[in-house]
Amino acid sequence: MAILNWLRNLLRRQVYTVREINRRYAKPRLKTTPMVKIALLMLRIYLLLLVVILLYKFFTLIMG
Amino acid sequence: MNFLARLFYRYRRVIKAIKLFLLVAGPGIIVMVADNDAGGITTYLVTGSKFSYSLIWFVVLLGPVAYIVQEMTVRLGAVTKRGHAEAIFDSFGPFWGWFSLLDLMFLDWLTLITEFIGMTAALSIFHVPPLLTVIGVSILMGVIVIQGRYWTWEKIVMAFCVLNLIYIPAAFLVHPSVPTILKEGMIPSFPSGFTSDVFFFLMANIGTTIAPWMVFFQQSSVVDKRIQEKDIPWERTDTAVGSVFTVVVAVFCIIVSGALLRGVNIESAAQASQALMGVNQYVGTFLAIGLFDAGLLGAVCISLASSWAFGEIFGWAHSLNNKIREAPWFYVSYFFALITAAAVVLIPGAPLILITLFVQVIAVTLLPAALVFLILLLNDSELMGKYKNTLSQNILGFIIVIAIIVLSTLYGVSVLFPGLV
Repeated sequence: MAILNWLRNLLRRQVYTVREINRRYAKPRLKTTPMVKIALLMLRIYLLLLVVILLYKFFTLIMG
Repeated sequence: MNFLARLFYRYRRVIKAIKLFLLVAGPGIIVMVADNDAGGITTYLVTGSKFSYSLIWFVVLLGPVAYIVQEMTVRLGAVTKRGHAEAIFDSFGPFWGWFSLLDLMFLDWLTLITEFIGMTAALSIFHVPPLLTVIGVSILMGVIVIQGRYWTWEKIVMAFCVLNLIYIPAAFLVHPSVPTILKEGMIPSFPSGFTSDVFFFLMANIGTTIAPWMVFFQQSSVVDKRIQEKDIPWERTDTAVGSVFTVVVAVFCIIVSGALLRGVNIESAAQASQALMGVNQYVGTFLAIGLFDAGLLGAVCISLASSWAFGEIFGWAHSLNNKIREAPWFYVSYFFALITAAAVVLIPGAPLILITLFVQVIAVTLLPAALVFLILLLNDSELMGKYKNTLSQNILGFIIVIAIIVLSTLYGVSVLFPGLV
């Protein structure tokens, strides 16, 4: 029981810390110029594509 | 008399410059030499055995590429006094921040496992059991960081960097034909044609030369060393010297395996060392020592890259100048990564080859993001002031980043789907 409480408190503290970090950096400091917008959009598309490839590989491995 | 006075003045100036360089030198040389980690050495040795000296010119070209990327991290760290993880959080917000931090943590941990695989394989050649290697290395890595001084840590690691040059005497021992090396290796060509095999190895060499952890490590290291804007020229020299070292080691690795293992089918550096033991015991021993040293250097730097990044974001004290009681979480994260990675290597039947391949795939998810953020940050006038990228630096940086992204992605895809690329 004591361990459970300790774990619960630890988890609560971590959630609080993460929220605090999110609040601290909520407003990106970099100006969103067209160049920045395009670069970040390309990056999102690239990462999405990679995730699709990885999922495809994962499923073909499982099915095979 | 006047001539002698001038000569003496010049001599004093040179000595002063060398002393100053030795004070500032460290992050650049360490990151570049540690770049030749266990995975890197394996790639170079396999490249040499498959293509002999014919890809040396390509490895030489990668030196300036690595320099250009790492030089940007030097400026960013010296000007902002922040590590790369914190810079991403601050400039791009929590989404990209968490993505980079968690990806870095995962990738570093997996890479750490590959370093332990390299170290245990290297010492197994000397009949040292893996358990003993893992325990010994963990203690050694602990001792290196816990003494509470960045300067001491740096000098110890620099000594290991010097040991990385062991491939140079190893290459001299095999008596390679210098005219053949120059003829086959220094003229850009693909003697057996531009096959998919050649393309795979070109990509693999790029993958080992520019790794995501290097960007995070050097920036944090520059910050921890308290490098100022005025030190940037010295730090650039440090990085340039490091890039020369990394290329020299890579070239000599290729020479060793190109001379003695030409056409032999090897898959790892340990296998190469083992094979060379039968041909030339000294060369085999040097290769095994070099592989162990490479793994150790990689492991120290990679663990620190993660710990620094976590310290920056979670607000923990995160300097090597702090003692354990002053920065407990920084050291806990360092040892946690170290011990868990070491434990994985000892699990019987652990999918170590799969992990090694997975590292290359995960790297392509983080590398493009880290490089794109680097270029964008270096173009922020408000942040960088007079140290922002010039037009020529941007053109060069942009070409390199695009090329690395395309080639490393193709490499990752070809690891997932062999024969596709």
